[in-house]
Amino acid sequence: MSVQTVSAVLSLLAILSLAAVALRVRALAHERRDYAPVQIGAYRIRAIGFWLLVLVGLPTSVWLFRANPYTVQAAAPQVVNATGYQWYWELDTSQVTAGRPVKFRVTSADVNHGFGLYDEAGTLVAQTQAMPGYINRLTHVFEAPGTYRVLCLEYCGLVHHNMIAEIP
Amino acid sequence: MIGVGFLIWCLELARGIIATYGGLGRGLGWHALFGGSTQDVPPPTVVAATMVTIVTTLALIAGAVVLVMSLINLAFPAVEIDPLLAKNLIYFFGHTFINATIYMAVTAVYEILPRVTGRPWKTTKVFLAAWTLSTTMVLTIFPHHLLMDFAMPVWALAIGQVFSFVNSFPVLIVTGLGALAILHRSGIRWDMVSTLLLISVFGWMAGVVPAVVDATVAVNLVMDNTMWVPGHFHFYLLLGLLPMIFAFMIYLARGEDATPRGGDLTAIIYLIFGLGLVTMFLVGGWASVPRRWAEHLPEWQIWDQIASVMAAGVIALTGAFVAMFLARIPALLREG
Repeated sequence: MSVQTVSAVLSLLAILSLAAVALRVRALAHERRDYAPVQIGAYRIRAIGFWLLVLVGLPTSVWLFRANPYTVQAAAPQVVNATGYQWYWELDTSQVTAGRPVKFRVTSADVNHGFGLYDEAGTLVAQTQAMPGYINRLTHVFEAPGTYRVLCLEYCGLVHHNMIAEIP
Repeated sequence: MIGVGFLIWCLELARGIIATYGGLGRGLGWHALFGGSTQDVPPPTVVAATMVTIVTTLALIAGAVVLVMSLINLAFPAVEIDPLLAKNLIYFFGHTFINATIYMAVTAVYEILPRVTGRPWKTTKVFLAAWTLSTTMVLTIFPHHLLMDFAMPVWALAIGQVFSFVNSFPVLIVTGLGALAILHRSGIRWDMVSTLLLISVFGWMAGVVPAVVDATVAVNLVMDNTMWVPGHFHFYLLLGLLPMIFAFMIYLARGEDATPRGGDLTAIIYLIFGLGLVTMFLVGGWASVPRRWAEHLPEWQIWDQIASVMAAGVIALTGAFVAMFLARIPALLREG
């Protein structure tokens, strides 16, 4: 399952849970009860929520940061230098081998661009920003052979949407 | 001009808070939170206004700095700007400013819900701690906009991810839960104002979810600058901020009378159209559709077409809420 699908399913579940709570509050609002017991119940839920967020959510967030693309080290990667221009990409290598790490050295010759790698199914598989004066190093392993596309993901002017390159 | 206007507004807020409470720290209730004082504890709206004053002023300063830098660069191209510094300043400004709008609008919830339900919203130590945390977090989490700028220091990006998660605590378990508790079994009859406020609380809490998901680096790597981004911020702006403002406008138009009146069908239809629109954004993000593309590929256009219908509904109902407010202005002026 892709990261996108996992993210969407988890988000949907959490949003539906909140919607269920809001609907329950709406359905029961016509009943009048003293506020004190309602408040005590809310404080109990708040305490449980707080400790869940601190003891489960926070360590999970810290742990997830380990899966960052900044410190990826690959032995003998294929290197591709990519430069963004208004409104095209210049890649110094036209073909890479699937299954082996590729290090993209991404920069821009003019304004800020976004270097987004899309697979044949149109799914975004990795990205980094392309900035003038900086080289962002993105290491990615293409799992399957095919023609991948580079789409610009940062608004860079009128023809931003046409800034597409191919990596066979 | 708009920035200067907001800065003057912030300075006036700061002046009022300092004159009444003796300082911005006291406006945040630090004397009660850290000193245990029970004197001059500010009400929730003052605490929120203090937070908004602090963060908006700092945001405007950052925005002004990058604007001046850009003007100098325009006049003297030899004076170059570091692009990464410029991005940091722009995101510090933009992120903080837009967040502050919600933190200001939520005062409608703090002020109106107690009047509708007859249940007070008290300034507790937990409430004060939550707003101090929000003040700190809103100022420090802006690097989550720069997670794909690999040239940023890694510690700053770690802060961007982890603090974004922490920033959800006050929204979910203090303001959100507090509002739901005040409404729960309160004996109210739903009308336009109370339903809009319930929608706003749901919208803010639910919008936090895709926001925190996107602020996770591993997710951001494949979802940043896709439609997921407008999906999450439309969730808490379209279904959080705007219903707060609409509720406040209608409450004002009713002469600040919180007695329930009329139905709430318009608010519910607004919710349906709004949910449809943000869902299409989020589905677009799931499908890797990039944001800010003037022309979409054919396979993406089904989401656009549904979203367009939903957006038309949102715009029409926004017009209806504004019309309700404007229609009452002559009568309000006559009544003085």
